[in-house]
Amino acid sequence: MNALHWATISPLLLAIIIPFIYKYARSIHTGWFVLALPTVLFVYFLSFIPTTSSGEVIEHSIPWIPSLGIHFNVYLDGLGLLFALLISGIGALVVLYSIFYLSKTKEQLNNFYVYLLMFMGAMLGVVLSDNLIVLYAFWELTSLASALLISYWSTREKSRYGAQKSMLITVFGGFMMLAGIILLYIMTNTFSIREIISQADIISSHELFIPAMLFIIIGAFTKSAQFPFHIWLPDAMEAPTPISAYLHSATMVKAGIYLVARFTPVFGGSETWFWILSLFGMATLLWGSLSAVRQKDLKGILAFSTISQLGLIMSLLGLGSAALYFNDGQANSLYYTAIVAAIFHLINHATFKGSLFMAAGIVDHETGTRDIRQLGGLMTIMPVTFTITLIGTAAMAGLPPFNGFLSKEMFFTAVVNATEFGIFNMETFGLAFPVIAWVASVFTFLYCCILFFQTFSGKFEPTNFKKVVHEAPIGMLISPVVLVSLVVIFGLFPNILSKSLIEPAVASVLPYLTAGEIGVDIYMWHGFNTELFMTFGVVILGVILYALMKKWIQLSIYKRERDPFNRFYDGALFTLSSGGKKFTDAYMTESFRRYLIYIFSFMVLFLGFMMVRLNVIDLVPERTAEISIHEITLVVVMIAGAITVALARTRLTALAGLGSLGFGMAIFFVLFRAPDLALTQLVIETVSTVLFLLCFYHLPLYKETKDSKPSKIVNAIVASGVGLVVTLLAISSHNNKLFEPLTEFFVNASYDEAGGKNMVNVILVDFRGFDTFFEIVVLVIAAIGIYAMIKGKVEEKEGL
Amino acid sequence: MHPNDVILQTITKCLSFIIVIFSFYVFLAGHHNPGGGFIGALTTACAFILISVAFDIETVRKMIPVDYKYIMATGLLIAGLSGVGSMIFGENFLWQTFDYFDLPLLGNTELATALLFDIGVYLVVIAVVLSIIFTIGEEH
Repeated sequence: MNALHWATISPLLLAIIIPFIYKYARSIHTGWFVLALPTVLFVYFLSFIPTTSSGEVIEHSIPWIPSLGIHFNVYLDGLGLLFALLISGIGALVVLYSIFYLSKTKEQLNNFYVYLLMFMGAMLGVVLSDNLIVLYAFWELTSLASALLISYWSTREKSRYGAQKSMLITVFGGFMMLAGIILLYIMTNTFSIREIISQADIISSHELFIPAMLFIIIGAFTKSAQFPFHIWLPDAMEAPTPISAYLHSATMVKAGIYLVARFTPVFGGSETWFWILSLFGMATLLWGSLSAVRQKDLKGILAFSTISQLGLIMSLLGLGSAALYFNDGQANSLYYTAIVAAIFHLINHATFKGSLFMAAGIVDHETGTRDIRQLGGLMTIMPVTFTITLIGTAAMAGLPPFNGFLSKEMFFTAVVNATEFGIFNMETFGLAFPVIAWVASVFTFLYCCILFFQTFSGKFEPTNFKKVVHEAPIGMLISPVVLVSLVVIFGLFPNILSKSLIEPAVASVLPYLTAGEIGVDIYMWHGFNTELFMTFGVVILGVILYALMKKWIQLSIYKRERDPFNRFYDGALFTLSSGGKKFTDAYMTESFRRYLIYIFSFMVLFLGFMMVRLNVIDLVPERTAEISIHEITLVVVMIAGAITVALARTRLTALAGLGSLGFGMAIFFVLFRAPDLALTQLVIETVSTVLFLLCFYHLPLYKETKDSKPSKIVNAIVASGVGLVVTLLAISSHNNKLFEPLTEFFVNASYDEAGGKNMVNVILVDFRGFDTFFEIVVLVIAAIGIYAMIKGKVEEKEGL
Repeated sequence: MHPNDVILQTITKCLSFIIVIFSFYVFLAGHHNPGGGFIGALTTACAFILISVAFDIETVRKMIPVDYKYIMATGLLIAGLSGVGSMIFGENFLWQTFDYFDLPLLGNTELATALLFDIGVYLVVIAVVLSIIFTIGEEH
């Protein structure tokens, strides 16, 4: 195992030790012990920057299940490193923040940190694995850890609801992704992402290309809360705020983005991929920003804002994938700037959204509420939080000089250029992109204003709060301050990222470009161009809308906080459980007759269908013997007996009919020269008739079945069906003897080898004595069973 | 119980011996002629059923004062051990063999290991039939 392997699973290993630390070091907050690990990991991953920026990749493999081609491969390139840095860096900050956020005495810290470390290890595994099955295993572990963290306060019903919902949706996507992985394996015969990428040509011409792509996309969309799977994210806000900041803004929701970016070299360049990603991304962007405006809860706004921003990144990845359409290296910057913007915005979003969540957590922690209708006037009371939120929202709204401005300008560049793509009908449909992007940006600006002004401006009402409101402790402020510092630094000096992180990451997404070729150069001022005027428009319209908020807030649609798509989810869940119950109740009637009808109908339909399908029905008599008059007479007698049994009105009549059938059978054995069978049949028939008579003594009076007419008809149809099918089967199989029976051997061997002239008995006790042995065991079991049922009766207790 | 069953009881006394002897014949003849353990046992059981009808179940109980469950177990044991026996001689389970012996009175007689197995079957079937019928019959 390489150091990278250890780094990947180190959080999982630490998670094992955490409960012991928690138990034996109660006086120290458990978070301090956890904090060291992500910090060390962050520094460790930083040391790889020179390697990846020079275009090298690091790869180590240990076999896990080699016979199935499953190896625990770590593979570190620009994209993996970027995510690993986000996970470990923000992980460290979140752990630090959680130390001050969660009370040492009131909370079950061991659970919290075990889940958190589980998540961190799983997430590192997702971004560093080259093997798709390993990736999938870690992927599901993130879903599990996320559900555990959402339901951390499991006594609250909403937490459990949110956890169940996120689990159902993300695991649904996970299974879809697994299906996609298997299809990819069918096409390429490997689970390694790099080997799959190297066979991209084979895949794109394969008939399973589109299904595999759709499955992978569904997996990515559910994880990254894309429209219409976004509904789990707002309900996941029941998690503790450090978790919302870490999982539901910076890392887990980007796993889908990672997956899409990772698979761009495989699927990119095709029209389906391009349109699905960019359209659903745009829809998510617009819907998230529209919905965020409706929220009254700080974390609700942030959740929809995250959805919206993820949609933005997703649509950029979709637009950028067009670069692969020309994968002969001729692509110009027009196509791949979208990928650059996506990667850049990914980093920016992690920084400002993390800090905003932490700020929201501080407000919640210090005032006791997150409702923007109660908050207000916190500007002077919480000056540091105020500054953090100011910078964070400004970056989110896309204002200079923060990093959000730069990435949003790049986004605008990408969508404005989209009409010039000249492929995939973009010259006509491309016009929709700038319009949607612009409208969504206006609403983004609007909810940023709501978030910021309704919390911090206005008049402070001390009566609204249960606590004495004051600024948060210094420890809680460190993490958001670090993050907003990054917001400012990346805003002012974006190029410190471009060479070290963005270029290698883009090189991973567009593998035919080498890091040097990309030449990412982000700068603050790019002249008076369309993008800048679009930003002016966003600000102006956003300010107007915010000023007029009192007017349109009355619109009924803005009063409902919950996403209308929840109705589909809740309805589907309800229909599934109630429909399932109804369905089961409909056929599990506890009526034994009903079940027999199912069994016999299945037998008739299945056998009948197979006989017709295989065309084996053969009624032409070939090897039949002549029919004698005795046989015909006997058959007539037996038919009469059978009819008597079926139509009998008293038990004795039925028994007499049954007896005549049995003795008729014995005579048949005589006619067909089976003396042993005839003897046994005669005696058994007698004994069983005696037994029937004995049983009658105990039975209540004979009642005619009270079946309704239709069910009698059904019974008759099923019964004749069984008779017909079995008859056809018997006659056809008699005509279809495939090989000679073993009779010849028994005839010759019964005296020579077993010393017996009665062949039947020799077969029973000698050649196949094993069967006989267990048949007598069966008899013994039956006798003991009857004995136990009659003698061992347990008296019925009262109430049973 | 049955004050007027004199004829039946008298005939039963004769007939049951005939039936039992016939059933023994059927049992022993099984190797070469129709018959064998199963049918022999059933016929023997019929004799006991006849006795139980003509007299009553208690009479039969006195005639066979052993719990039928022990007879079943003994039968299974004999049948099973006859199979294990062949394993002692290095053969497979239930390997049967036969040979001819000069016995006093009977002369040259064929003895087969299958007969041991059949004795097991015989005991099991008698006990099973009697146990079932008497268990149900006593339950009034």
